[in-house]
Amino acid sequence: MSATVPVLTKKDFQTDQEVRWCPGCGDYAILSAVQSVFPELGIPREKFVVVSGIGCSSRFPYYMNTFGFHTIHGRAPAVATGIKVAHPELEVWVATGDGDSLSIGGNHTIHMLRRNVGIKVLMFNNRIYGLTKGQYSPTSEFGKKTKSTPFGSGARPFNPLALAIGAETTFVARSVDVMQQHLKETLKKAAAHKGAAYIEILQNCNIFNDGAWQYLTEKDARSEHIVQLEHGKPLIFGKNRDKGIRMNGLDLEVVQLGSGVSEHDLLIHDEQYRNPAYAFLLAKMEEMPGFPTPIGVLRSWNDVPRYEDIMANQVKDVVAKRGAGDIDKLLRSGDTWEVR
Amino acid sequence: MATITDAVESKPKRQVIERAVVRFCGDSGDGMQISGSQFTNTVALYGNDLATFPDFPAEIRAPAGTLPGVSGFQVQFSSSDVYTPGDAVDVLVAMNPAALKMNIKDLKKNGILIVNSDSFGENDLRKAHQATNPLEDHSLDAYRVFPVQLERLTQTALEELGLDAKSMNRCKNFFALGMCYWLYNRSMDHTYRWLDDKFKNKPLLAEANKRAMKAGYSYCEATEAFQVSYEIPPAKLAPGVYRNLSGNQALAMGFVVAAQKAGLQLFLGSYPITPASDILHELSGYKNFGVLTFQAEDEIAAITSAIGAAYSGALAMTTTSGPGMALKTEAMGLAVAVELPIVVCDIQRGGPSTGLPTKTEQADLLQAMFGRNSEAPIPILAPSTPGDCFWIALEASRIALKYMVPVIVLSDGYLANGAEPWRIPNLAEIPQIPVHFVTDPQGFLPYKRDPQTLARPWAIPGTPGLEHRIGGLEKQDVTGNVNYEPLNHEKMVRLRAAKVEAIGQDVPDVVPAGDPDGDLLIIGWGSTYGSITAALKAQRAAGHRIGHVHLRYLNPLPRNLGQVMERYSKVLVPEMNMGQLSMILRAKYLVDAEGYNKIQGQPFKQAELEAKIEEVLSYGAVGTGRNGR
Repeated sequence: MSATVPVLTKKDFQTDQEVRWCPGCGDYAILSAVQSVFPELGIPREKFVVVSGIGCSSRFPYYMNTFGFHTIHGRAPAVATGIKVAHPELEVWVATGDGDSLSIGGNHTIHMLRRNVGIKVLMFNNRIYGLTKGQYSPTSEFGKKTKSTPFGSGARPFNPLALAIGAETTFVARSVDVMQQHLKETLKKAAAHKGAAYIEILQNCNIFNDGAWQYLTEKDARSEHIVQLEHGKPLIFGKNRDKGIRMNGLDLEVVQLGSGVSEHDLLIHDEQYRNPAYAFLLAKMEEMPGFPTPIGVLRSWNDVPRYEDIMANQVKDVVAKRGAGDIDKLLRSGDTWEVR
Repeated sequence: MATITDAVESKPKRQVIERAVVRFCGDSGDGMQISGSQFTNTVALYGNDLATFPDFPAEIRAPAGTLPGVSGFQVQFSSSDVYTPGDAVDVLVAMNPAALKMNIKDLKKNGILIVNSDSFGENDLRKAHQATNPLEDHSLDAYRVFPVQLERLTQTALEELGLDAKSMNRCKNFFALGMCYWLYNRSMDHTYRWLDDKFKNKPLLAEANKRAMKAGYSYCEATEAFQVSYEIPPAKLAPGVYRNLSGNQALAMGFVVAAQKAGLQLFLGSYPITPASDILHELSGYKNFGVLTFQAEDEIAAITSAIGAAYSGALAMTTTSGPGMALKTEAMGLAVAVELPIVVCDIQRGGPSTGLPTKTEQADLLQAMFGRNSEAPIPILAPSTPGDCFWIALEASRIALKYMVPVIVLSDGYLANGAEPWRIPNLAEIPQIPVHFVTDPQGFLPYKRDPQTLARPWAIPGTPGLEHRIGGLEKQDVTGNVNYEPLNHEKMVRLRAAKVEAIGQDVPDVVPAGDPDGDLLIIGWGSTYGSITAALKAQRAAGHRIGHVHLRYLNPLPRNLGQVMERYSKVLVPEMNMGQLSMILRAKYLVDAEGYNKIQGQPFKQAELEAKIEEVLSYGAVGTGRNGR
């Protein structure tokens, strides 16, 4: 690493553009966390590229003083793939939302993830279409009444992390807009990951879906409704840290600590666990009555080769095997004849 | 049966002719494309000029022996110039009744018909919906018919090799190929070498095909089936080293050369689609040239990944055909707005929707011109021959990089799969393509334009001090910041249009082929070049004063085109669409351009064009051309 990397501060990542999210929007907190974390990564500012699609969250690049590309709806993962494959040394982050990433951009999202392109995706999940003023999104609850579903949505929502796990994503995590410290730590872990990273950030839309995550983010409720995953540590939650989660057959169960149940009986989190069923169980836990919502890193596989490296190595290998391409020879390949 | 030695002693006479058209047709699985391309390469190596027309169904293997499964390969070769694969066929090789039924109409009266008589059983006839056997019902009396037991003779030739019946049967196309080599006095050496290479790891199959071919050759010699064999001397092509080249191969190589001349990495984002996929295949094989090929999850990712690669400094491109082009429209608009250089190759095919995937058409011109939301002009180039695809790839790349614009290349299925002898250029003759990445943060503004080209600077990620944001929202002139002001928007719309218009300064003036003024100007574009050229030649020889302009630049159009049109009484625009270029010409120049439109998935025949030219010239001059001469 070159010693000439300048010391950067949060201010270095702020732009002169007026931030135009609604006052009180959760996006402000996410922007602030990212602007705090980037200078700590030891990466020169010009190496960062922030790519986005369309939606409130996708205005993100305009407020980051890095290279930035506000593309079209849903296509950020594909644009970012082009950037990363052509220039693997760049640090490419995607800012996207639940509609951008999981509806119109669902195909690009899963394919970028399964290829393991070294791109970090920040998926702001507010369970609503904000920029188009309040239609239900692919993560809206079943039966949700919105402008476009006045009698309730009939569609079952996506579980974004289960989807990412299904796409064999090598880094899957979740954090919350209002939990700044946790969010920053999660971003740092994502930054340290080599391959594709998918981070769901629970975010409030105080205009069209206020209180989207209130049941679990309210200060009083947090400890009861959130379990923080930490590698190598048991799954414990509750105001008094007196509840835990353990395996029961192929299922998870919530248990009360004490009365014969100790920490040793609980599930010890292993983010590197290879069996996909494990991360999947964690992702689906919140859908079961009485279970908390897990935040933190569900999965981190650091030994899967990155797509851009495979592509670059293939070029290197073929050059080593056949020699660097000779265009004159290429033009004259196959059968030729001379006319005098 | 006479022995080979006997036959040599009584060899039929050899007749020197100028040109011939040969078509192989059979089932999709009969190897007709292979026979055709082997025959083509052999006559090319001998020095004939040629043009080919492979015509195959969209189904990979329709049920054997049926009409939809018929695949054909036609080649015209000559000792003089060849512009088209030929209207009518001199020698037709038909492997079954279905192929015969579909193709016989194109055989010249008294033409040679070689049929595989082993496949004219009751069942074969039924599959081809033939009530009677054409070999017996006198429907072929106008032709010189040579029924040959291709299957049985091939089996006999291969019986010592110990192959199963199916494998032996698959060699019958080489028996037919051997017969054609005899008929045109061509050496089998090239095909021997090709077989050795193709079946390096299966020498038995190489041997089987060689024996089948040799047997076909000897069969002609031994049976004296043909009274005469033909000799077509080499053509007088411009001096140089030649190879055979298809349009898709030419595009692929053109982009590799363009990237090298620009000193950039070539990036292709593509999604498989007929008839464009071969470009992806070709470029995927050029890894040692540093080419990055990305087979994307869909057409949209194919182009948007290219936009990402262009943003980070690659020569980026995407390849597709009509339906894929439709999917890429929003992303093309983004490329217009962010002013990044990409090349979009649309290898047109019959439409709408899935249409005719393997058949040719030129009906995407208006889509290329206007098929995006709002005002989003894009320069358009069109190659006119398979070999020209190479030069168009270079020119499209040059324009994209010089003006920082997306560029559309409109090729089509006929150019993509058709081949012609191509003079290999000397690399040193091809100029460098200058590229400038801005590096100085002093005074850097993302939308500050070059006064001559109106291009904005190319500031790639990784360059210290040039951090900036771009996107699809309207931008403020010069700064590139998001801006919604009414007058700024109008200014930006006009600037983007002016930038495309500015490319006109690089577009050479058109110089009509044929007469520089006269009764009729034919304006064509794309793959109709060969047919128009052939028709023009014949009609001028018949005494008409006709000119021909073939447009390689469709947007912007050459600046002198209006003046050139005024020099002729009438303007005729033949197109394989409902009149798209003629609509543009009429709108832009208020000229009474008459369309001649064929929408059959097939290229124009020379005779069709000649008939149309005669018809147009017979109207009289009143009220036609712009100057009403």
